[in-house]
Amino acid sequence: MSLAAAPSQVRTAPRARFSKRIRKLTDTWVWIGVATLILTFLYIPIVVLVAFSFNSSRSLSWPMTGLTLDWYRKLAENDQLIAAVQNSVYVAVSATILTLLIGVPAALALDRLEFPGKGVFRKLVLLPIALPGIVTGISMLILFRLMGFGLSLETVIIGHATALLAVVVTQVFARLQRLPRSLDEASADLGASGWQTFFLVTLPNIRTAVIGAGILSFTLSFDEIPVTFFLTGRDNTLPMYIWSTMRRGLTPEINAVGALIVAASILLILISVLLQRERTGQGR
Amino acid sequence: MTDIIRLDGVSKQFGTVTGVDNVSLSVRKGEFLTLLGPSGCGKSTLLRMIGGFEEPTAGRIWLDGEDVTDLPANRRAVNMLFQDYALFPHMSVGKNVGYGLRVAGVAKREVEAKVREVLDLVGLADKFAAAPNQLSGGQRQRVALARAIVRHPKVLLLDEPLSALDANLREAMQVELRHLHQKVGLTFIMVTHDQTEALTMSDRVIVMRQGRIMQDGAPQSLYDLPGSPYIADFIGTTNLFTSRIENGQIACHGQALAIDAQAIRAGTQTFGFRPEKARLLPGDASGANLLRGTVSEVFYHGSVARIVVNLGPGQVLVDLQISDAAIGLPKAGAQVAVEVAPHKIMGFAAEDAA
Amino acid sequence: MTLPLRLRKVLMLSPPLIWVVLFMFVPYTILFVFSFWEQVYPTFAPAFQLGNYHTLISDPQYLRTLLRTIKIAALVSLFSLLLAYPYAYFLAHKVRHPALRQTLYMAVVAPLWVSYLLRAYTWKTILGTEGILNSFLVSTGILSEPSSIFLYNQTSMVLTLTYVFIPFMVMPIYAALEKIPRNLLEASADLGMGRTATFIKVTLPLSMSGVVAGFTMTFCLAFGDFIAAYLVGGPDGMMISNVIATQFGASLNWPLGSALALVMLLIVLAIISASDRFERMGKGTFA
Repeated sequence: MSLAAAPSQVRTAPRARFSKRIRKLTDTWVWIGVATLILTFLYIPIVVLVAFSFNSSRSLSWPMTGLTLDWYRKLAENDQLIAAVQNSVYVAVSATILTLLIGVPAALALDRLEFPGKGVFRKLVLLPIALPGIVTGISMLILFRLMGFGLSLETVIIGHATALLAVVVTQVFARLQRLPRSLDEASADLGASGWQTFFLVTLPNIRTAVIGAGILSFTLSFDEIPVTFFLTGRDNTLPMYIWSTMRRGLTPEINAVGALIVAASILLILISVLLQRERTGQGR
Repeated sequence: MTDIIRLDGVSKQFGTVTGVDNVSLSVRKGEFLTLLGPSGCGKSTLLRMIGGFEEPTAGRIWLDGEDVTDLPANRRAVNMLFQDYALFPHMSVGKNVGYGLRVAGVAKREVEAKVREVLDLVGLADKFAAAPNQLSGGQRQRVALARAIVRHPKVLLLDEPLSALDANLREAMQVELRHLHQKVGLTFIMVTHDQTEALTMSDRVIVMRQGRIMQDGAPQSLYDLPGSPYIADFIGTTNLFTSRIENGQIACHGQALAIDAQAIRAGTQTFGFRPEKARLLPGDASGANLLRGTVSEVFYHGSVARIVVNLGPGQVLVDLQISDAAIGLPKAGAQVAVEVAPHKIMGFAAEDAA
Repeated sequence: MTLPLRLRKVLMLSPPLIWVVLFMFVPYTILFVFSFWEQVYPTFAPAFQLGNYHTLISDPQYLRTLLRTIKIAALVSLFSLLLAYPYAYFLAHKVRHPALRQTLYMAVVAPLWVSYLLRAYTWKTILGTEGILNSFLVSTGILSEPSSIFLYNQTSMVLTLTYVFIPFMVMPIYAALEKIPRNLLEASADLGMGRTATFIKVTLPLSMSGVVAGFTMTFCLAFGDFIAAYLVGGPDGMMISNVIATQFGASLNWPLGSALALVMLLIVLAIISASDRFERMGKGTFA
């Protein structure tokens, strides 16, 4: 584009210019092709998942035989499933609250405080991002066993809160880094105590990051298997329930659950996009 | 006792680096004091220690007769105008200005009345409900200023207050800050690296370097009687040169000059004169205390032209007032003479001539 | 009410610190200690012996599984990279409209919000013998009868895991590419470099930090994966996590499982620190 004005190109013969335009055009189409390919790869399975939840036949094979809402009706009558959903909501909500209560101060400490062992603390907190859930799961399993704790949904909550700490800390820490330190100082300068500064200045400015991290934690906890697998007692969470059903065989019922989860996920995505928009709109 | 601030041997170490080195000073009530120095000289650290944002590693800080060294920022009756203004982005202008009153538990109605009064003072009465990001740079600064003075602090600290503004606005704000200082009668302590700003605005200037006070005095005395070659060159421009003294005469780049006896101190070796205190004369001029050389460059500034005169082994700068130019604007290569009256030559004690 | 700074520091720091010590530092330490314990069927006893580690080395099934896991994780990262880089490049340098760019970016990240389990599960329904792909191929006449080659092997593992983890590759690469100043590319073109040369000499090196971050992330995630193998892996697609799970389940050999988990932890740590070092090195050259 900027090249087109360069002297050497001005005198280019019309033919060459034409072939250049053709090249640019094919270029564009190649890129569009690449993008389409990847998006198709990403979305075909999701479309399949949702589509087959409406399939009237029990078998998951092509072609679809007809449309029905039977599978959704069956879900509504499935007590085990409903109990699992309730368990999952309980676990995800508790784990999210807990991980926020620990993660926000952790991020604050990492951003503002100097203390001995800070490097090790940071590494430990952030480890679960890359560390397989199974390692977190079994190491806590051994801990609870040695301490003589019975496994229950509460042990799952502790496991999730620990594994999700990294998510909250990274998100909140990133926001704190962009928040000028002078805001805190100005607040103290104007006579506010540490708590007043936190609730009146810091928290409002990291609010969207905290909520975003909370939504993400909720989603991840709701979907979690490896840690849950080792730490749950007799109660099942939704993914554990789906998983055990899957191992018995594939049914469109699972697709129906899946379609509902997709719908819920879309809702959460929209909320977090709106949060992001609000943040950029706020300027700073 | 009219000293509102007294610093007693204050030091600040950052690890092995010394930020502020054993500084003692006092500030009179109602004074406009400026801490001037290049970046890294410790002036900001000193200001932040007065504000309570840094703890001194040694020394005491007194505010209005009370030892505040161990008090955190929120317990000191001192307010700061931050370099980046530090306006709370999630609050309206009114909320920002009223913040300090609100956290102190002042009644809502009273807060609003005081906020409106101070916004009026800084000329932003109509911006009460505006958000900070809807304001221009200059307006933001006024809001920050209003926020800092609404509680009538004993001292207002200003950290490079004008550095974020563009040139025109900066000059206007210099005047405004000075007027405001006279109007509200608060003590101002400002930090800047800009010598013009320091000279224009303050009652007293403290020049700092490497964590220490180099010189402390009124703007005019700093300019006219710089205590060291460093100050002479940091504040304004000075032609510096070294020479021995023989029979009351010195040599500037090899040419002899007579100087006043009072400029001579024991062991004096460095001398200097300011470009605007020398006179540029035609090359054939005759008289006493002339330096002869050729013009090597001319920088035209409008009312003044700065001429670089080559004396052979070295160069000197001379300012030529265009209005009373006896010889017109010289051209590069022209033969000229520079007249330096003996009493215009400053002598410094032998030390670092950096 | 103002607390002294030091006390405030302690108050802010203690909940996370206690939590991290109690639920991360202590469990990892116990895991380490446990890996030296002994199995005394049906339970286990404290001991200090290297038997578990000896088993890991001498019994070929463990080494084989470990190598297979590394191979699958490496292939997943590679294929993710091959797909993600062009897409990220397209977004960062070809899409001019900011809203469109944001939408296309979200389109890649959004699947992460949809249950991981279900996304892996769908591939099972697609690839199975009676699955959608087979029935589709048979109904169109391409295959005469359903084939079992699509599911329960390493290929289906790589395919599924690539599908699941590709967003983790796109995100850091896009972030790195977006940060490259436009004028650098223009300067390169101005200096007479062709598009390919500009890409190789400017764009690629500057986006390397994103590639490394993405590779680390996808590799670690795929390396530790635990679920896909049960769904689409089959015996030939079993991963190290599945072996660990077996030790904690059916085999009831927790000490051996701990030793395996520790090996896994060490490999992940090694990869993270290697990637850290790379990033620091990169900063040294470009800053």
